Amino acid sequence: MSSIVEIKNLVRAFKMGDETVKALNDISFTIDPGEFISIMGSSGSGKTTLLNILGCLDKPTSGEYFLDGTNVGKLSKNELAALRNRKLGFVFQSYNLLARTSAIENVELPLLYNNEISAKERKEKALSALEAVKLTNRMHHLPSQLSGGQQQRVAIARALVNDPVMILADEATGNLDSRTSYEIMMLIQELNNVHGKTIVFVTHEPDIASFTKRTITLRDGRIIKDDVNNNVRKARDVLQNLPVLTE
Amino acid sequence: MKITNLLRIAWRAIQRNKMRAFLTMLGIIIGVAAVISMIAIGQGSKQSIQSQISGMGSNMITIRPISNVTGGARMDNTSVQALSEPDVVALQKHPQYLNAVSPSLSARGQAINGPYNWSTSLQGVSPDYLSIRGWPLQDGNPFTNQDVKTAAKVCLVGQTVINNLFPNGEAVVGKSIRFKNIPFKIVGVLSKKGENTFGQDQDDVILTPITTVQKRVLATIYYQTIFASAADENSTEKAAEEIQQTLRISHRLQKGTDDDFTVRTQAELISTFSSTSRILTILLAVIAGISLVVGGIGIMNIMYVSVTERTKEIGLRMSIGARGTDILMQFLIEAVLIGVTGGLIGVALGITAAKLVTTLLHWPTLVTQASVLLSFMVCFATGVFFGYYPALKASRLDPIEALHYE
Ligand SMILES: Nc1ncnc2c1ncn2[C@@H]1O[C@H](COP(=O)(O)OP(=O)(O)OP(=O)(O)O)[C@@H](O)[C@H]1O
Ligand SMILES: [Mg+2]
Repeated sequence: MSSIVEIKNLVRAFKMGDETVKALNDISFTIDPGEFISIMGSSGSGKTTLLNILGCLDKPTSGEYFLDGTNVGKLSKNELAALRNRKLGFVFQSYNLLARTSAIENVELPLLYNNEISAKERKEKALSALEAVKLTNRMHHLPSQLSGGQQQRVAIARALVNDPVMILADEATGNLDSRTSYEIMMLIQELNNVHGKTIVFVTHEPDIASFTKRTITLRDGRIIKDDVNNNVRKARDVLQNLPVLTE
Repeated sequence: MKITNLLRIAWRAIQRNKMRAFLTMLGIIIGVAAVISMIAIGQGSKQSIQSQISGMGSNMITIRPISNVTGGARMDNTSVQALSEPDVVALQKHPQYLNAVSPSLSARGQAINGPYNWSTSLQGVSPDYLSIRGWPLQDGNPFTNQDVKTAAKVCLVGQTVINNLFPNGEAVVGKSIRFKNIPFKIVGVLSKKGENTFGQDQDDVILTPITTVQKRVLATIYYQTIFASAADENSTEKAAEEIQQTLRISHRLQKGTDDDFTVRTQAELISTFSSTSRILTILLAVIAGISLVVGGIGIMNIMYVSVTERTKEIGLRMSIGARGTDILMQFLIEAVLIGVTGGLIGVALGITAAKLVTTLLHWPTLVTQASVLLSFMVCFATGVFFGYYPALKASRLDPIEALHYE
């Protein structure tokens, strides 16, 4: 089994009183190593629900989900936690950094929940993750002393630090202006191209999706489109062509 | 999860909110400080009372007859006919644990020197009495065993008696005084002993040979009390047992009958005092308990607030791989750290307060290891007990809901 994600006939239903809402309805797809996928769709189409399941935060109501060969549906809560810790990285729209905690300590956080990692390794890994997001010069800054884009880069470093098989991002550029969004996309493209990270990126902006290699579009919990993007834009180029602001 | 990592996480969380952590600790700090300092004061005064009691002669053993009830009328000590010369002789034959034995019999009356008179007590004893009480003479010499044999009319006088009968400060050895119209020659002066633990003036006494009181004053062959001193402090209990056996034989008491005398050691006297201070200690413990419960509720309250406030953080931690137990332990350790840190500060503050009381008020204080250890353990337990429910609540959060909590 060479694919990282294998989803077969997956359904996620929520019971609301007597009604059941199927947020995801019979979804099947696979993700191979090194892919960079965007998940698109209008509000309420099930993007976050899908990402939660991909991220092992939630379990399918029916259908199957294999993550890196593991059948997620059969795992206990603690096993799910361990899987998230070892195999996944999350990037959120609102960064979710611990307040009053330095950048490096925020990045270290996932490794504190891994017994196999010594304090020395933890420091080294956190440093190299910060290096990958080009923030070593801000390692002792607190979140409140960082810009939105920098905070999101710390969050990306935190998602990288445990060397996950897949990074999941939910509207990771949703709180940022377009220039900063492009900078983040440039960083993520680099992680994908240079470091070979597999990335799933939820967004409802087609502009952002155009930086990814493949786009899955949802509507009412079903996949209505699953296209390979033949014309991936390079965030670096877009940034260079942005008009420079002058006062 | 490694305990060091848990500690690190909890400690960082406290560090992030120092002021609040401190305010939460305040209840514990004040409670522990109060307990430590009050126990220190209690122990200090207890110790000083103990040293006062042992100042009366810590090896001293007191034997008294039990006043039995006859015809509904309780007879006074003098008429209890239980202790007499054969008892003293019997005790002197068992010297393994006993250094000295002295009978004692007191009579109250008026002592007169010319125009001065003073109501005091005449206590008949043997020469050994002075060593039993650890009571040196200030002047003159003690009376002798020969004086006891002849029921000599000689006496040793206490300071209070001298002050009242010889107010002009002249030398008194060799002078005569009258007690109940019997002339006594003063052969020695007792050094000042002061008040005893019960506030009685120990210097208000005239000592004379036991036989003199028996024959010339009270006309009795019995004793009120027998004083003895154990060979050393550690063997007092053993000595008391031996005395009991010896006296039972000398009184020909059948098996199964009660003793007609009591044997008291200084240790028992001390324990009588300890029982009063035990009540005080229980009271203190109750106050301590209340203040620690109040402190604990403070911790619980803040931990609940903290869990709610940090719901998003909990969601994040879960999303990056924290298990329910990790979260539980994090908050539990946080609560315990707050409790224990508060306890530490409280102990330091309590010791300082005790020191201040000693230097400023000159009260004796004694900080015991046990009180420090105990308050520390109680703080730990308080943290665990009051931190558990908030921590459990945190550990049971759903990661998705927690992440989206605003
Ligand atoms: N915990 C829940 N309980 C009940 N219904 C839910 C729950 N979570 C999601 N839903 C429903 O599932 C559907 C999909 O929700 P989801 O959050 O996945 O949408 P989304 O595509 O992420 O939307 P948006 O772009 O606004 O973030 C919605 O109709 C939503 O109401
Ligand atoms: Mg969403």
